[in-house]
Amino acid sequence: MARFKQKNDKGTPGLNMGSMSDIIFMLLFFFMVITTMRESELFVKIAPPKGSEVTKLEKKSLVSYINIGVPQDAYTSKYGTEPRIQLNDQIAEVEDIRHFVEAEKNARTEEDSKLLTFAIKADGKVKMGMISDIKQELRSSSALKIFYNATKDAKK
Amino acid sequence: MGKKSTPGLNTSAMSDISFLLLAFFLMTSSINTDMGIARRLPPPLPPDFTPPEVRERNIFQVKINRNDRILFNKEVGDISLLKERAKEFLGNPQNLPDLPEKLDMDIEYIGVYPVSKGVISLQNDRGTSYDMYFRVQNELTAAINEMRDELSREKFQRPYKDLDEARRNAIDKAIPVAISEAEPSNKGGK
Repeated sequence: MARFKQKNDKGTPGLNMGSMSDIIFMLLFFFMVITTMRESELFVKIAPPKGSEVTKLEKKSLVSYINIGVPQDAYTSKYGTEPRIQLNDQIAEVEDIRHFVEAEKNARTEEDSKLLTFAIKADGKVKMGMISDIKQELRSSSALKIFYNATKDAKK
Repeated sequence: MGKKSTPGLNTSAMSDISFLLLAFFLMTSSINTDMGIARRLPPPLPPDFTPPEVRERNIFQVKINRNDRILFNKEVGDISLLKERAKEFLGNPQNLPDLPEKLDMDIEYIGVYPVSKGVISLQNDRGTSYDMYFRVQNELTAAINEMRDELSREKFQRPYKDLDEARRNAIDKAIPVAISEAEPSNKGGK
């Protein structure tokens, strides 16, 4: 009988942790693939308008953002309380858009720069005068693909 | 020589490292899908350009003033009516004489289809809010999208979003995004 006596030490058997790292790696790769590094800090407040007909913006690498809005509370002393334009990580004027377009085009290959889209990410309260100026600037520097950023309206 | 088994590698620290990396990517990743409406700006005009004559019946004027009120077809209207009116204008189902003309075009997959010559002319003031402008753009896009969907169901028995690219392009040709933006007025000042 003693031969088949079960081991009777009470300790729980150790868990095999070997495959845990596999699972973690899988998660890691998932996040690495979907991740887009957080863009530069926004100096302006943006509450985009809502729309029901919005579509997804494809090909993130071919998109440049033009942010327009009232400066954040922390920056009002520096940039005032009127709506401003933010290109990349600095506040800019309408006239700077030309150089911005040029720089963005130069940063990409020739084929890619033709597909470059400029996403206008503006606050709903911004006046159209400013946005028209920006559009004219984009037009004259032949950046014709634009995109009006908005949030999906859940009502419909 | 006796067989020496290789000593097992201690891999418990590996999961720590991968956890660390995982946490880093979790923190920095943002699954923000940007949504919005895509548009194409007209190319810059040559200096000696004269705009082509467009008959009045082919133009549907939409104006937004600085108080965000909308005027379409020469009367003040509500934004909720805009979509239906735009569809009526672009579609012109009864071929009424005061709505746009149509031009028969031979389109692949569809065949000869009367493409509307109608253009929606959108003009805003410098004082119009972006919010209102976007809502108008949204309604006009909705009108076009609905018409495309209807045509797609009629011709291909499928909703527009389920079409392949070639058929989608055919529909896009049959119902183009005919929105023209005029220079903004400056009644309200800056």
